[in-house]
Amino acid sequence: MTAHASLATTAFGTSESATARQLAGTAALLRLALRRDRVMMPVWILLVAGLVLTMPGSLESVYGTAAERADAMESMNSNSSMRAMYGPVFGDSIGALSAWRIGGYAGVLAAVMSLVIVVRHTREEEESGRQEMLSASMVGRRAPLTAALLAAFVANAGAGLLITAGMAGQGASGALALGLGIAGTGMLFATTAAIAAQLTESARLAKGLTAAVLGAAFVLRAAGDAGSAEGSSAATWLSPLGWQENLRAFAGERWWVLALVAAALVAQGVVAYGLAGRRDVGMSFLPTRPGPARGRIGTAGALAWRLQRGAVFGWTAGFLLAGMVFGQMASGAADIVGDNESTRDIIERMGGGSGLTNAFLATMTGLFGMVAGLYVASSVLRLHGEETSQRAEPVLAGAVGRLRWAAGHLVIAFGGTVLLMAVCGAGMAIGHGGEAGALLGACLARLPAIWVLGGLAVLLVGAYPRGAVAVWAVVGVCLAIGWIGPALDLPQAVMNLSPFSHLPKLPGAEVSWPPLITLTLVAVVLVAGGLAGLRRRDVIG
Amino acid sequence: MTKAITVSGLHKSFGRTHALAGLDLDVEAGEVHGFLGPNGSGKSTTIRVLLGLLRADSGAAQLLGRDPWHDAVALHRRVAYVPGDVTLWRNLSGGEVIDLYGKLRGGLDRARRDDLVERFELDPTKKGRTYSKGNRQKVALVAAFASDVDLLILDEPTSGLDPLMEEVFQRCVTEERERGRTVLLSSHLLSEVETLCDRVSIIRKGVTVESGSLAELRHLTRTSVTAELAGPPNGLAHLPGVHDLAVEDRRVRLQVDTDKLDGVLRSLTEAGIRSLTSTPPTLEELFLRHYQDAAENGDETVVAR
Repeated sequence: MTAHASLATTAFGTSESATARQLAGTAALLRLALRRDRVMMPVWILLVAGLVLTMPGSLESVYGTAAERADAMESMNSNSSMRAMYGPVFGDSIGALSAWRIGGYAGVLAAVMSLVIVVRHTREEEESGRQEMLSASMVGRRAPLTAALLAAFVANAGAGLLITAGMAGQGASGALALGLGIAGTGMLFATTAAIAAQLTESARLAKGLTAAVLGAAFVLRAAGDAGSAEGSSAATWLSPLGWQENLRAFAGERWWVLALVAAALVAQGVVAYGLAGRRDVGMSFLPTRPGPARGRIGTAGALAWRLQRGAVFGWTAGFLLAGMVFGQMASGAADIVGDNESTRDIIERMGGGSGLTNAFLATMTGLFGMVAGLYVASSVLRLHGEETSQRAEPVLAGAVGRLRWAAGHLVIAFGGTVLLMAVCGAGMAIGHGGEAGALLGACLARLPAIWVLGGLAVLLVGAYPRGAVAVWAVVGVCLAIGWIGPALDLPQAVMNLSPFSHLPKLPGAEVSWPPLITLTLVAVVLVAGGLAGLRRRDVIG
Repeated sequence: MTKAITVSGLHKSFGRTHALAGLDLDVEAGEVHGFLGPNGSGKSTTIRVLLGLLRADSGAAQLLGRDPWHDAVALHRRVAYVPGDVTLWRNLSGGEVIDLYGKLRGGLDRARRDDLVERFELDPTKKGRTYSKGNRQKVALVAAFASDVDLLILDEPTSGLDPLMEEVFQRCVTEERERGRTVLLSSHLLSEVETLCDRVSIIRKGVTVESGSLAELRHLTRTSVTAELAGPPNGLAHLPGVHDLAVEDRRVRLQVDTDKLDGVLRSLTEAGIRSLTSTPPTLEELFLRHYQDAAENGDETVVAR
């Protein structure tokens, strides 16, 4: 309420110059954005900064002495698959190793945070029609975009400051470089999202486009670093994530790289503002084509497929490509020199098993499994979205039982995970050039844990719809545990919180059926509980 | 006649708000029934209970002789529903949605569908996101009127329609009645209700306050009378059922309870009538009386939907 009240007062207080008119109301919109994000934003900031700040302590416990660290650095750098995952190591200090181990992923997280914030306050507002009300008041043409970018700036600056302050003990200039690098990556993708939000009419598509650019940036960097131990290949330099790496925090900072980031920021900002100034509120540059005058969709299931098929195709293509890229890299894992105990140790904790190639493949399979957890959560939540948007109401007012309505989406959600993991295994086999059976089996063996996450989503949507989005928090925790748990050497009790921790580490290890069966049963119980809840409760309206 | 809808003593709470507090509703088969009430009085909640989307806390509800919660799917083959605020899928065309809604019910009369698309001047090839509010409403209306069903439940269906389309809508409802279908029409457009409805129910704060044919309801309310008299009026103020009496020399204006009209006219005739206008109560006055009562009593329970 206060934000609305102040909207008017700020707007009336603006001067008459053209720029000021275009930006009128920005301050009020920013306050509105920060107020709406008062929970989400601090959580994101703490997540990004927390990931980084827990790293030095855990690295110290794994690599206690300078000699161990130098050893680790050498073996990591000589292994192209490790470089593909984390980038090259530029120094053997605790700070440099922390920046290597987590800096890139913190940058990716900051980018995701930024794209969510920017799209949420631009295209999503327009799509919902709320922007129309605001733009009809004294709000300038450029104010919404500016407010969204400022909100992203607040979040990135917050994360950057926390990181800089928290890492200062490892060296002030390195801490500053790391904080600036991560925040810079975040802001870069904030402007990418700003452009995407002008191009598309749907918020979902704008987020998807930006995420695709982010994914491409990651693959470029990974491919470049697989080929170069210096971070100097052309592919790395083409990726904004490669710039952050090449800032070389804690290892002779190259400050001039920041100029590159700043230039890209300005360039993308100019494009976004240019586009924003040339279009109508609610419209986009990708025009809408007319559809068929008659429809063939006749069942709730067909409707669910029509709504989700785009996402399924996109995810499938992504999993196939990524599987091929990482399958290809696995061969490099054999390049590792010597039998460095601690390095072997950390890789085996992540991937388990015998032989480093298998360990690498198992690590990758594990990562794909966790990413598929994101798919299943978002796919199940489509049910919730259909309900809260009131599009489900006329469908359920037809001769469609609630279970039948839910089943359409759930078949796509759970069947989709099988498709994704199968395609991923096939992609890895193609990239690796063999072992199709083992890789396919390894990928499919991740399914029970993915289904547990999907089942939890069904339970929340069905039995406690108000808390449905909490699924993201659970998926986030599981991802964090699986992603950084092995490097942090977390206690087994914590690791066990994630369903993924209970799976056999394939390929390489023995297939143990009990956890696979137990997890599948847990998933079945969760889904059944959710469906029972859905049958009994009121439809949200 | 059999009942299409019977509701008695329906209760429904959302947390601490009581959306329905013992609501009664009877709709005869084959009639067009108006469902009136201020915003937040519980119309949409009642409709959503009747559709099996909400589960009533207590009370009885029957739709076409069956339980709306337990027999939802079977019932929905015979029911078409138009919400007051139609949300469409952004990337589906209007035509696709019309056919989907139709197939999800008992089926669709294709010839009638095409005829309705033309009458409502709807472009069925446009995508959901490009429709205006009125056009989204038309998508749901075409699907409902073209569906092969026994009962239409329309929840403020004409919000957003222009006057020409409003006329098309009224003709469609009349046709539905001629075909023997039952219509429950929740509306704020009183002229629309007056034109279309055989009977109306007025609800307030989740309770039915009036129910009956318009003639019956009119009888319960006041007629306004304006007269110019030959001599001074006498004794009008003491007559039962007279309200808001204003005497200006020999001009008289007053409101009288319709069942007490007789006595007033007799008293006026005694004074000698030069001219006389008597206006029967409009539905609007009837309705406003309930609205105003609500406001005077301090309308503290404002319930959404």
